[in-house]
Parts: sequence; C-alpha cells; structure tokens
Amino acid sequence: MTENLDVLRQGIASGRLKTDELVLNMGPQHPSTHGVLRLELVLDGEIVVKIIPSMGYLHRCFEKHAEAMTYPQVVPYTDRMDYLAAMNNNHGYALAVERLLGIEVPERVEYIRVIMAELQRIASHLVAIGTFGMDVGAFTPFLYCFRDREYILDIFERTCGARLLYNYIWVGGLSHDVHDGFERDVADFIRKFRPTVTEVNNLLNYNKIFIERTAHVGVLPADVAVSYGCSGPMLRGSGVDWDLRRDDPYSIYDRFDWNVIVGDGAAGTLGDCWDRHMVRVGEMEESCRIIEQALESFPAAGDIAEAIPKRIRPPKGEIYTRVENPRGELGYYLISDGSANPFRLKVRGPSFVNLSVIDEISRGHLIADLVAILGSIDIVLGEVDR
Amino acid sequence: MGKTHEEICTYLSELFPDAGLEYDDAVPCINVPPALIREIALQVRDDAELAFDTLMCLSGVDFGDGTLGVVYHLDSMSLRQKLTLKVTIPVAEACVPTVERVWRIAEWHEREAYDLVGIVFQGHGDLRRILLPEDWEGHPLRKDYQVQEFYNGMKVPY
Amino acid sequence: MGLLSQQYDDGNIVLTSVEGVLNWARLCSLWQMSFGLACCAIEMMAASASHNDIMRFGVLPRPSPRQCDVMIVAGTVTLKMATRVKRLYEQMAEPRYVVSMGSCSNCGGPYWEHGYHVLKGVDRVVPVDVYIPGCPPRPEALLEGWMRLQEKVRDFTIVKEK
Ligand code: SF4
Repeated sequence: MTENLDVLRQGIASGRLKTDELVLNMGPQHPSTHGVLRLELVLDGEIVVKIIPSMGYLHRCFEKHAEAMTYPQVVPYTDRMDYLAAMNNNHGYALAVERLLGIEVPERVEYIRVIMAELQRIASHLVAIGTFGMDVGAFTPFLYCFRDREYILDIFERTCGARLLYNYIWVGGLSHDVHDGFERDVADFIRKFRPTVTEVNNLLNYNKIFIERTAHVGVLPADVAVSYGCSGPMLRGSGVDWDLRRDDPYSIYDRFDWNVIVGDGAAGTLGDCWDRHMVRVGEMEESCRIIEQALESFPAAGDIAEAIPKRIRPPKGEIYTRVENPRGELGYYLISDGSANPFRLKVRGPSFVNLSVIDEISRGHLIADLVAILGSIDIVLGEVDR
Repeated sequence: MGKTHEEICTYLSELFPDAGLEYDDAVPCINVPPALIREIALQVRDDAELAFDTLMCLSGVDFGDGTLGVVYHLDSMSLRQKLTLKVTIPVAEACVPTVERVWRIAEWHEREAYDLVGIVFQGHGDLRRILLPEDWEGHPLRKDYQVQEFYNGMKVPY
Repeated sequence: MGLLSQQYDDGNIVLTSVEGVLNWARLCSLWQMSFGLACCAIEMMAASASHNDIMRFGVLPRPSPRQCDVMIVAGTVTLKMATRVKRLYEQMAEPRYVVSMGSCSNCGGPYWEHGYHVLKGVDRVVPVDVYIPGCPPRPEALLEGWMRLQEKVRDFTIVKEK
C-alpha cells in the first residue's frame, strides 16, 4: 500500500503523472462520518489535497437553551451534547456551578461521581473502538464492544433508570442514591470486563490488517496538536503527557493511583491512528483501576446531596471549569448575573477542537485512509455542533 | 503553581506601558484594548516566563448593555498557569483583530463567535458561518435576537 | 414450473394469495438506510448490536438510499439537515417507509421551544409511517416500532382498495 502511494506521489510531484483536481462531497449522511458531518474533499486522483469540513447539521442551540433555563434545568441538555459521555458532561457542568456557588459536595457523592464518570469513560471508549474497527472493515469487534457496553448501561439503568442520557449528576449532589448492590454490580462488571481488553487486543489491535490500515496514517506531531488545542487521546496519542484528572485535579482523582497512557509509536510513527486507538484501549484498564480503588474506600452510607436552595442563584461572577471527558478537555465558561438563569454558558467541546486538525493531518493521504483518520479522532457530532 | 493574574498584568504592563491593561480582580482577568490583542497574544505565547501555548477557549459574549466581548482562556502546559484575557467592544463596531495565526484553533472558535454573536475578526482568512447555514439571518446569541419566521419555506418557531 | 407444480402429498405446501406472499417477503426483509442523526442513533446502533440484534427481523443496513426500503430518522432534524433528509427520502425507491424515532424527530423534543435551528418534527418535510416516542427510545421500543411497521406492510395491497 504505502509503496504504491509513494510511487503515485512521486509521479505527481515530478509532473510525469498528469492529474486534475476533483471536489467530492462526503456526508452529511455518510455511514463513516459518525453522524452528520460533511466534508468537502479536494482530491487529486485518490489523494486528499484539502479538506473543508462543514458542520452545523446537528446544531441544537445548546447555548441559547442554557440562557433560557434555570441552572438545574440545563443538566438534561448537557447530557445531549456528548451523548456517549453524558455522565462526564453532567459532572463538568455541576462542578462549574458548584465552584461558582462555592460549595463542596459530600464525600460519598464524590465517590459515586468518579465511579460513574469512569464507567462512562469505558462505555464511550468501547463505542469508539468498536466503530473505529468497523470503519476500517472489522465488524466483529463492534459486537464484542457493544456487548460489554450493555453491562455498563445495565448498571446505570439500575441506578438512575436511563440507558443513555441520565440527568444523574445534579448541582450539589446526585438525583438519587445508587441502588442496593451497586458496589457488587460494579465489581462484577470489572471482573467480567478485564478479559474483553485481551479479546479486543487479539481480534483487532494486533491484527496485521488493522495495523497496516492505521500505522503511519494521520500522523499528528505534538507541537501541531498543542497549537490546535487538541486534548484527550488525540493529544496523548502524540506523546504529550497531559491529563486533566492528574494535571488540573478536580473531584477526588488525586486520591487514586493510576497512570496516564501515552502513545509510543510502537506500530508506526508516534501520533498515528494506531497510537490514538491504543491510548483508548489502555485508558479502559486505567479506569478499571480507578474504579477498583474507589470501591475499596467507598463510604457505605452518607448524604447524596448538599443542602442547597431549590432555586439556585449563584452570585455575580464568571468561571471557566474544565474536566477530562473521554474525548478530551470539556470546558464550561459560565457567566452569572445573579439571576436564576445562566447569563452565558459557552461550551468548549473537545470534539469540536479535535476535529479542526483533520485538514492538517489528512493531506497527502488516500481517501480510504481518511476514514481511518476520522474514526481515530472519535468525534461526537452533538458536541461539535452543540 | 504559576503566576497569578496580578503578577502577569504587572509584567505585561511593563512591556506595554501605553497599552492601558487593566487587572480585574473580580473575575480575575486582564482587560485588553481591542487594537492590541494580537500583539499581547503573541507576547504571552512566546515569552519564556508566560508560555501560554494553548488557547483553551475563545468565547464571544453579548453583555446586554450595548457591548460585546471576546474572552480568551489561556493555559500553559509547561508552567501550569492560566490566564484570562478580555476584550470589550461596542456593538456598533464589533471588530477585533484575529489571533488565528497565534493559536491555530482560534480559527474555528472565531468563526463560531462570528456566527453566533456577530463579532467580526479582522484579518481572519475564512470568516464564514460555521454552524448555521450561510443564509441565516441574525446572530442567535445576541440578547436582542429575534428568531426568523421561516427558513427555506420551513417554519422556524414551533 | 409454477409454485404448485409438484405433488401435494409431502404436505409442504401452502396456499395463499400472491399479495400475501409478496407482502410476507417484503416485511421480512425491510432494508434500513444506515444513517443516524443524534443521540437516538446510538440506541439504533445498540438495537443492531449483540443484545438486541435487529437483524433477526431481516433488517440490513445499507448505505445507499437507492437500496433501502425504510428510513429511520433517528435524532434531531435541524433546518440545515432537513433539506438533506428530504432529498434522501426522494432518492429511495417506492414503496418506501419512514420511521420517526425519538421525540426530536416526532415533534422537536426537548428543543421545541428555544431551538431556533431545529425542525419541529420530521413530518413537516417527509411523510412518517411509524412514530416511536421516547428520548431516547429504548432499543426494545425500536423493535416494537419495527413490528408495527411490519403490520402496516402486511396489510398493503396493490390490487384493490380494501
Ligand atoms: S429524542 Fe432525545 S435522545 Fe433522541 S435525538 Fe432527540 S434529544 Fe437525543
């Protein structure tokens, strides 16, 4: 593959191969754009010359809604931004409002929040890995990943009644306590889940075809990643050791012992699609470790909400809070004017920021590789467009 | 821990004595005059003592009192410090120089601020709407925004 | 040569109307257009994955509208997307069906009031056969909706008005 590509590139560069540029439209209903993303591709034969992404096909006016709703009413809308990581979105928003109010939540709440957020991270990475496999032509890992994701959703469902969008982490606490046997369920899940990572490794990650499709493809150098503000597995895949859970600690992440997974270019070049993918695989194991430690010191009983007035009115002021979502740095910039509704709530979506780099890293690749690159960025359109 | 906003403001005021940088204690942030934002941005990125290598977030805000604002949240990964810069402009002249070439991500953030709040970024290479369709009327996050009745023959309000 | 040209004595023979056979064949192989719009699309994916396995209903996701019988509108239809949804619908071959999955495509869902860029119901641009309520509907609800659609196909007649 790569040799052929090199021959093509040389031919074009030397002028021996005469080519014309062609504009091709991909999306917004293309099955491998992960939702309603549209890419205008400028192609030279099969080689990508330039990509003009065009978004907004799922612009659901989140920021306008936030201005029209009271603080607690915004929580369900945060669910719907990054619908694969609803718990993490709730968490970030709750933290922003709590910091503005200047309140601390009870210990037990922090534990439940961390366990939920990490379970959600595993669930989200499972979707990312499964669909990435499907994008490059491996259907079976998708089924394995979704099977295990369902176990996590079962736990969520027992606790808060919903499978996908939970509205669970509220400002000042949680909507309700965990169900009886929650700890046992989570521990069971971790035990069942561990072998899946090996399974996915055997099926997909060290598969020769998969490595051929993803190694050396879409290389994102570290300095470009930083300048584009990439975060999460995108940034760590390029070898930058940066995780907000450790570097800008929030909640109780500083109490646990875990590692930040960083790409190492083992199969190809540092920062290629395979590295980004393997960061996700590694992070699932680290999340398991966090959950296990949290379960060990889990407070058996306690309050699940801080006493706050029903109508939340934070004092005048503003705050920028960020948390580590499965896709990267999720930031909430919240301005309060002292009333019951946020004055302005701007969201910095990690998918939005990570997607902006696609033009830079896809140039000169084959159009088939573009699908792999897009899959490895792991965007959620709900958050790109908000 | 890195520098505080106050220290950074003093430091920058020495470098730009006529700029009239103001330190706002309440937020905290540094108020920057619109004309200078590009120079200051370059300075805070390249200065070894500041090294703000990432633009975490760029937000356009309508303050509702006839002024718009652009808020820059910066982060330095190496020095572990954060900085907030704020630019305020009147609605009538909603124009700010772009920082697109300082941090690459600013390109999309600025397009979004243009789309939703209607702030024009001078010198931006590709200032088009990013989320809403090209032929949309108005900027939805303005406080006085009136939604249009029809778009392309489809009714917009419920 | 025909369907009933063999002998009757092995008992493996069914007598039915042409319409019955055609409808039965069609309802067991309704091909779905594989595109998702928003959160509901994740539940649509969950419905086709291991636990719910919508393929046992003969559902095969196809990427091209020209090969599909059913379009599942799973998620929020925005005004920018609405014209595309309409065009996709027009590209499908007749007879074609539309399943509206989730509150958003039924009526605008949580975005009905302040969603300036959200179409308040996909039935404003394409005709809908089955509405599935929920935000998001569970995969089981999608299966139920699918069976309702099959009922509708079963009663379809090209010969005469019933
Ligand atoms: S109905 Fe609910 S779950 Fe479905 S797309 Fe709309 S907001 Fe998302």
